[in-house]
Amino acid sequence: MHSDVAIIGAGIIGAATAYELARAGVSVTVIDRGALAGGTTSGGEGNLLVSDKPPGAELDLARDSLRRWRELDPGDIELEPKGGILVARSPEAAKALAELTATHREAGVDGRDLSLSELAEREPHLTRDVAGAAYYPEDSQVQPVLATAALLTAARRLGATLLTGAAVTGIEPGRAVRTASTTVHAGQIVIAAGPWSGEVAKLAGADLPIQPRRGMVLVTGAVPKLVHHKVYDASYLAAVASDDAGLQASAVVEGTPAGPILIGSTRERIGFDARIRVEALRVLAQGALGLFPSLAGVKILRAYGGFRPYAPDHLPVIGEDPHRPGLWYATGHEGAGIGLAPATGALLAALMTGGVPSVDPVPFSPARFG
Amino acid sequence: MTRIPEDPAGVFPDPATITVDGQSRPARAGESVAAALIADGRAAWRETRTGGKPRGVFCGIGACFDCLVTVNGETDVRACLRQVCDGDEITTTAPEVSARPPRVPAADVSVPIVVVGAGPAGLHAALAAAGAGARVLLLDSNPRGGGQYHRQLPESFRASRPEKAHPGQAEAAALLARIAGHELIEHRPNTTVWAAEAAEPALRPGGSNPAEAGEAGHVLHTTTGTVRAERVVLATGAYDRAVPFPGWDLPGVYTAGAAQALVKGQRVRPGSRMLVGGTGPFLLPVASGLLAAGVKLEGVLEANRPAGGWLRRPGILASAPSKLLEAAKYNLTLARHGLRVANGQAIVAVHGSRRVEAATVARLRPDWTIESTRTVEVDAVAIGYGFTPQLELAIALGCSAGAFVDVDSQQLTSVPGVYAAGELTGIGGAVLSAAEGRIAGLAAAGAVPDQRAARTRGRYARFATALAEIYPVRDGWQSWLDETTLVCRCEEVSYQTIRDTVTEHAVTGTKTLKLCTRAGLGWCQGRVCGRNVADLTGLPAADHRPVASPICLGDLAGA
Repeated sequence: MHSDVAIIGAGIIGAATAYELARAGVSVTVIDRGALAGGTTSGGEGNLLVSDKPPGAELDLARDSLRRWRELDPGDIELEPKGGILVARSPEAAKALAELTATHREAGVDGRDLSLSELAEREPHLTRDVAGAAYYPEDSQVQPVLATAALLTAARRLGATLLTGAAVTGIEPGRAVRTASTTVHAGQIVIAAGPWSGEVAKLAGADLPIQPRRGMVLVTGAVPKLVHHKVYDASYLAAVASDDAGLQASAVVEGTPAGPILIGSTRERIGFDARIRVEALRVLAQGALGLFPSLAGVKILRAYGGFRPYAPDHLPVIGEDPHRPGLWYATGHEGAGIGLAPATGALLAALMTGGVPSVDPVPFSPARFG
Repeated sequence: MTRIPEDPAGVFPDPATITVDGQSRPARAGESVAAALIADGRAAWRETRTGGKPRGVFCGIGACFDCLVTVNGETDVRACLRQVCDGDEITTTAPEVSARPPRVPAADVSVPIVVVGAGPAGLHAALAAAGAGARVLLLDSNPRGGGQYHRQLPESFRASRPEKAHPGQAEAAALLARIAGHELIEHRPNTTVWAAEAAEPALRPGGSNPAEAGEAGHVLHTTTGTVRAERVVLATGAYDRAVPFPGWDLPGVYTAGAAQALVKGQRVRPGSRMLVGGTGPFLLPVASGLLAAGVKLEGVLEANRPAGGWLRRPGILASAPSKLLEAAKYNLTLARHGLRVANGQAIVAVHGSRRVEAATVARLRPDWTIESTRTVEVDAVAIGYGFTPQLELAIALGCSAGAFVDVDSQQLTSVPGVYAAGELTGIGGAVLSAAEGRIAGLAAAGAVPDQRAARTRGRYARFATALAEIYPVRDGWQSWLDETTLVCRCEEVSYQTIRDTVTEHAVTGTKTLKLCTRAGLGWCQGRVCGRNVADLTGLPAADHRPVASPICLGDLAGA
């Protein structure tokens, strides 16, 4: 097989990149060892968040991405501008939260301080034991597997090829990707294999510092609309930014259009250990009840886990390997990959085709790892 | 739709008064809420979230979640499992916020052997292990032991002739009496295991001491507390498989197991004129039980044509003499009512506005495609297409499993210390389950194997293999569906949606399909639709359910 670009990974990042490249008239083959959206993408809630990113390169990428999500409209992907609410549970946290909203406003993000009565109006079932709160109307959500399927289908209609069930066995940067059954000859190769990107990069002789960061989510049965926004404890920001390998948990609670409430979030670096641990589920339940005590009688139907692609500096890795021309990376988005996907795809497409990037590519360059 | 009049089982239940949507209604203390509602003339008491379709009992044994109802402010209670208490307030519309159910007192315990499930396999495993001198904790989600096969009437029914409800009552009563009387066995009813995992003593400081924890290799999280055990015998059984057909989600369509549970365990008739259809010898006791309860049967339809299969296996029937006797007895009951099993026929559609009013019965070709049809007026049907094992706890503990859990000659799974017995390892009936349970119990206790049990298992396992070959579910059922037929009842996902999603998005994975269509994401978590979606798409079924049974968020937080 021949194509201009071979993308390894049919998750949200691979799908968005394929779509942007196909739109630019580039021939693309997307290769995945499993089914589309079968890895990290299927383990995510589908967050499109600006509220959890302090001003900087990642926020720029997120805002560019959010704009693109709204314009994309690739079919029914349950895009919902539900808005995010951050809750501070102590006076110190409230002070830090107010500072965050102020710097966000300076950067042009719509971050509003909420009075406790405004908060109660927006989330009637939320605990009253709150020291401060903020509202981010731009925070949104998509159903990540539907979004990936829709983007890949749109890319295929533009001529892209999807190869699933094809584990990559070899990579020659700038030349070809081999699987057990076929060789895809391609001048440009993109590794978009999420937390497995480091292992895939080894096949090209590259050392990419991406590690899995485990997360678990609880899902309730379908309930009436009890939770209206994505509501999370402001301590989430610290957990995201933490480098700790141990179990970190901060409460994230949100309703979905299909009825179930999703409850997150945990973070731990334990390799690719896929077991669901009851201890972690218990911590999630406690966190959710701390925010919404009246959910005590709601029934948990299922729990699932995933692995986020963790980069040591918490920034996505988007760009060409400085030592291996023709080998590109699009990974390291940690828990923000769904939100950042369209901008990532557009940025890579611009860099590969000589277009004008809409965000500064330098902070994301793999060259930063030397 | 009514209680059995002049019940031959001689029941004298305590009366209870419940309210249904504010109206006072008579009920029997200890019966299931579903039985009370059906006896009160309701076929349905819930409407689906998106389609507004009526729902009542379907599986009858807690697997399908169709019968959800609000009891005393607690939403999403399975009516088929909840026992009526005097004064219960039942509502068919849910309040916005669910009341948290009263907490069951829970105590964490450490035991050498835990047996999960008190059906034939679990009961025999517990007795065998205790007989070898081991202390056993027997957990069961039902109020009384016996499982589906030895289903017992509620104690509060005070039946004077329970053998009229269950032909094997004498054996069941003796077995349960031995369990109750055994000083080494603690039987904990009303206990559901909602998660299972390998013990990680380091994770819970202040738990058992390290030496002890090192031995207590497995942790079961239950509704009555956490159980740590060195050895686990899983005997979680199976539930009926139903294949979809147009109208199969109408109230009045019951699984064969539901029909049996209502008659045998609740003394309620699911309909007055019924058809029984599907495949496998289980249809016979179900039909026989319905006839004994005074239901008029319009037919017993076996989709396969088993005679040839039995003839090609001479000696197989002789290897399981009790089965032959049972079948003869049931056939005699049918004959007394002027009935005989119609082979090569099936219920391929049911019709009605809010409940079953008629059924389309088809004569099938050998591949189960439809040859010709006729319409039969009925108010309910019972369907059974074999059984699906409850694999989730085995999978959570890491046991290797395909369609069933893999075990060795001692019923040991691929995980040291975890044994499996009964329908979990293959569908073969109560005698095989009992033998497997005995073997597993002895092995778990480290006792000398019982050669007789091994021989029984050998004979009945051959019989079970023959059953699977003679009564397969053939692909022709897929031709019964129309585009709007729901495949996933919970999330109301149609055959067309599943087919089109696979084609449009080139879906090649089970999880991807689930998340694109929501088929299998609802209350039953794919227990009902999983095998059917797998057959329709060629993608493998997934039985990985880390939350093995729904649990209240408040209970999980405090667990």
